Amino acid sequence: MATKPMRIRASTKDGVTEVKALIAHEMETGQRKDANGAVIPAWFITELTASHNGKLVLSSEFGTAISKNPYLAFKFKGGAAGDKVAITWKDNKGETRTDEAAIG
Amino acid sequence: MNNQRRNVLKTGTGAAVLGALAAAGMIAPGIALADWNKAAFEAKSMADTLKALGATQPADSKDVQVTGPDIAENGAVVPVGVTSAIAGTTMVAILIDKNPNALAASFKLPEGTEANVQTRVKMGQTSNVYALVKAGDKFYMATKEIKVTLGGCGG
Repeated sequence: MATKPMRIRASTKDGVTEVKALIAHEMETGQRKDANGAVIPAWFITELTASHNGKLVLSSEFGTAISKNPYLAFKFKGGAAGDKVAITWKDNKGETRTDEAAIG
Repeated sequence: MNNQRRNVLKTGTGAAVLGALAAAGMIAPGIALADWNKAAFEAKSMADTLKALGATQPADSKDVQVTGPDIAENGAVVPVGVTSAIAGTTMVAILIDKNPNALAASFKLPEGTEANVQTRVKMGQTSNVYALVKAGDKFYMATKEIKVTLGGCGG
């Protein structure tokens, strides 16, 4: 299945950049059952990394308890308008996606 | 039945070994795309999760804060944040006591990244939410109870 783009916003204030990301993903826990009682297999993001101009600023691991269409906000020191912030995720089916945004 | 769950139970005795491996993995230099910490995410109880994360007896700390609502109407989307005022915080994890798997997410913070992350989690029922923080070789913890009116794991 094709992956959908994330929405990434980054802004710098007083030397600290705040990144907010909204990621489109089902985040199926593997605990739910469909109408016929069959378990819906787990499908969720396991790893997510963020980088600023190619330098790693966050590396995280997700479990199934993260909500559908995950939201993530974090801050790092440095960053200037026009710099690139990229976020990459990988899910338990091996799919991966990277999106990039400029600090505005 | 969930086969994976059976396997985890069977290998329960091996959890200590896995925990040790996980701990070793976390100390390893370089935080490139690390291998997903399966043992920690599949652990059922808080104690097992902490063990799998290599966190033995984390100390309660006032410098660590869990932010979130007192009452969440919808357990499927509960905004939770963790902040740590401890210098040199390198890891932050969010744990939910009463969820089927306690660990929701863990974040590794390279130097320059602030110990301040926010996300949204699912909660099956009213539970204590823990923030586990690693600074240096020590682990610290803080907790907050979030009441859930409607569970997020049904369906």
